[in-house]
Amino acid sequence: MKLSRIPQQIIPLGILFAAAIIGLVVLRAIFVPPTFGEHGHYRAAAVDEISQLPESYAGIKACMDCHSDVYDLKQASVHKGLSCETCHGAAAAHAADPEAAKPVVPTGRNLCLTCHGYLDSRPSGFPQIISATHNPAKPCMSCHNPHSPIISAPTEECAACHAGIANQKAVSHHAELACTQCHTVPKEHFTQPRVFAAQKPAGREVCGACHANAGSGKEIPQIDLATHGGRYMCWDCHYPHSPEAQ
Amino acid sequence: MNQPPKMPRREFLSNVAATVPSWLLFLSAFKPERLFAQESEKYDPTKHNYSMGVDIRKCIGCGRCADACKTENHVPREPFFFRTWVERYVIPVEGEVYVDSPNGGIDGFPEYKAESETLRTFFVPKLCNHCENAPCVQVCPVGATFTSQDGVVLVDASYCVGCRYCIQACPYGARYLHPTTKVADKCTFCYHRITKGDLPACVEVCPTQARVFGERNSNSSPIRRFLRFNDVKVLKSYLNTRPKVYYAGADEEVR
Ligand code: HEC
Ligand code: HEC
Ligand code: HEC
Ligand code: HEC
Ligand code: HEC
Ligand code: HEC
Ligand code: HEC
Ligand code: HEC
Repeated sequence: MKLSRIPQQIIPLGILFAAAIIGLVVLRAIFVPPTFGEHGHYRAAAVDEISQLPESYAGIKACMDCHSDVYDLKQASVHKGLSCETCHGAAAAHAADPEAAKPVVPTGRNLCLTCHGYLDSRPSGFPQIISATHNPAKPCMSCHNPHSPIISAPTEECAACHAGIANQKAVSHHAELACTQCHTVPKEHFTQPRVFAAQKPAGREVCGACHANAGSGKEIPQIDLATHGGRYMCWDCHYPHSPEAQ
Repeated sequence: MNQPPKMPRREFLSNVAATVPSWLLFLSAFKPERLFAQESEKYDPTKHNYSMGVDIRKCIGCGRCADACKTENHVPREPFFFRTWVERYVIPVEGEVYVDSPNGGIDGFPEYKAESETLRTFFVPKLCNHCENAPCVQVCPVGATFTSQDGVVLVDASYCVGCRYCIQACPYGARYLHPTTKVADKCTFCYHRITKGDLPACVEVCPTQARVFGERNSNSSPIRRFLRFNDVKVLKSYLNTRPKVYYAGADEEVR
């Protein structure tokens, strides 16, 4: 077959086609990035780029070596499921160079309340408190160790658990009265309050010891135990922790 | 006198010297590198296949996951951009299901006063489902979003043209347009962490282990245990996207 046999009009057309194909190949080589299509319709190098991004969280294992005391304490406590960085924030920079970067050390009440503040959507059984009545105005850490939060040395301060009542009594006519004046409290109540209940006054005589006793002191208003209030308990009319005479 | 048999000092020392190699062998078994077996071989993506499990019954809605995710992945702090977030569901006895997620749950949830009595209420952490049939991958015109060999849906930020098709296509609302780079962004299962053997940041900080992550290929991984011992479901299963994030304890209202 001779070249001259090919119809004349085909030759410029052929050149045009060849140029178009070469152009396409060149443009593709320029615009399609190197590793595109190695594993699929994407740039394979992107996977390596993403996997080489730096980490901000070091993970709890990183803290183990230098802070073994805190680690051991926490792992033996109810907070064993928490990572150090759940509370202290991202600390990879600190783990790499402890002098150069310091993690956050939380203060106050907000951190604990993100988990322990009462919300009805939380699973029932998760320990929650109502911040307004659970020792308000004191940082949680003044009583709870964040790395081992259950209070093992029991408090004998009734206010730690009955803050509402204690606050009310503190500004009432009964401010000077000890809680144990009216309540008998077994020692076990401080550690297992629900198993060992404190006694509530049973009869009118508890109040009568002061209010129907001429020898109890001038400043204590006196009533006649036999007639005053009829057959009702005194606390059906007077709130014992904040008594009013009206 | 009954003297103990004497061993010449020279003989004793050479005996001790003879045991040195076996001592070294013994000690080498306790080399710290052995105890914390580090994966020094190069990461091979074809050998891995990841999934995540979320146990709604354990989630306390503390939002630490959403917070940690923003820090780890440099997600803008404004309350419109999330790779993962926590939703609160309130299902009333009568009427519409109420769902909210103020700032993704990072700052906690305000008290919600329901109009009618509440039947059930709980928290649902959400994230990219890393679908096997990912609609976002199908619609991407340039191949900037793709499923990697280990089954993670990723975005090639340097190749994305920011056309937003994928954001429209995602039935789970898991994608957003990054306000500064102007490209699509989403959860990567913390690909830079998992390929080094670490947990995703959200799983690392979860205080109740409501999030479980691991290897589908291994019989003993946490995720396989999770799948074996829980009755799980995936979100919007009727779309046939085949998600790799499994939910345990989810009501039918969760979608
Ligand atoms: C290489 C050792 C090392 C590692 C690893 C390490 N730390 Fe530290 N950390 C230190 C030193 C040293 C200090 C300073 C102690 C001091 O000033 O009394 C410190 C202090 C701290 C403090 C107190 C900061 C302050 O302002 O008082 C916290 C909280 C802390 N580390 C948390 C962590 C956490 C969480 C990790 C794991 C991600 C970690 N550390 C890993 C060595 C380390
Ligand atoms: C429940 C949240 C929480 C967790 C989990 C937690 N911490 Fe702390 N950590 C705190 C708080 C709050 C303080 C501040 C204590 C204070 O003010 O008395 C603190 C203080 C510290 C300090 C300062 C020194 C000290 O003892 O007062 C170090 C160091 C520390 N934590 C390390 C760790 C390490 C390591 C872990 C993980 C094993 C960890 N923390 C886990 C909340 C936490
Ligand atoms: C990120 C969530 C989180 C944070 C923050 C947190 N906790 Fe906890 N806390 C838990 C979990 C989870 C438990 C274990 C609950 C269980 O056993 O079901 C727990 C248990 C407790 C308990 C034991 C309750 C009981 O009687 O069983 C106390 C007390 C406690 N935390 C106090 C604190 C204090 C104080 C702080 C602040 C320093 C704090 N927590 C911060 C998650 C958290
Ligand atoms: C004045 C001391 C004090 C302060 C401050 C305090 N608590 Fe307590 N808290 C107690 C005592 C006492 C108990 C009961 C003993 C126990 O369960 O360990 C308790 C119990 C708890 C419990 C367990 C409740 C349950 O139902 O089992 C949680 C959770 C708790 N506190 C969280 C907090 C948080 C969060 C803060 C800060 C916002 C805080 N506490 C501040 C003294 C305190
Ligand atoms: C460790 C926390 C704690 C301390 C400290 C504590 N209580 Fe209680 N107390 C409780 C709890 C919890 C209950 C609720 C028990 C229940 O509902 O069964 C309770 C219940 C009571 C009751 C009501 C009992 C009933 O039958 O209804 C009285 C009265 C009482 N406490 C008095 C006191 C007095 C007085 C003190 C101080 C001497 C004190 N408590 C200290 C936790 C505590
Ligand atoms: C003047 C005597 C008196 C004093 C002092 C007193 N209480 Fe009471 N308390 C009572 C009586 C009476 C009741 C029974 C009220 C009732 O049954 O309605 C009671 C009931 C309670 C209850 C049961 C819950 C309730 O509100 O009914 C608690 C808890 C309690 N007291 C705690 C305390 C604490 C804590 C203190 C100290 C801060 C204290 N009380 C001081 C007389 C007293
Ligand atoms: C330990 C002695 C004592 C006991 C027991 C006692 N009170 Fe009182 N009460 C006082 C004193 C003291 C005052 C007066 C304080 C003052 O002057 O403000 C007072 C005041 C009152 C007042 C008058 C308030 C007013 O507005 O003037 C009432 C009402 C009252 N008590 C009720 C009771 C009741 C009810 C009980 C039994 C639950 C009780 N008290 C038990 C010592 C006691
Ligand atoms: C039926 C309701 C009722 C009962 C029950 C009751 N009180 Fe009163 N109490 C009142 C009223 C109303 C007043 C004020 C009017 C008055 O002075 O009679 C009052 C006043 C008082 C005062 C102040 C008297 C003064 O002079 O300021 C005392 C003290 C008091 N009561 C103690 C008690 C004691 C102790 C009991 C139990 C034995 C008790 N009350 C039972 C209704 C009651």
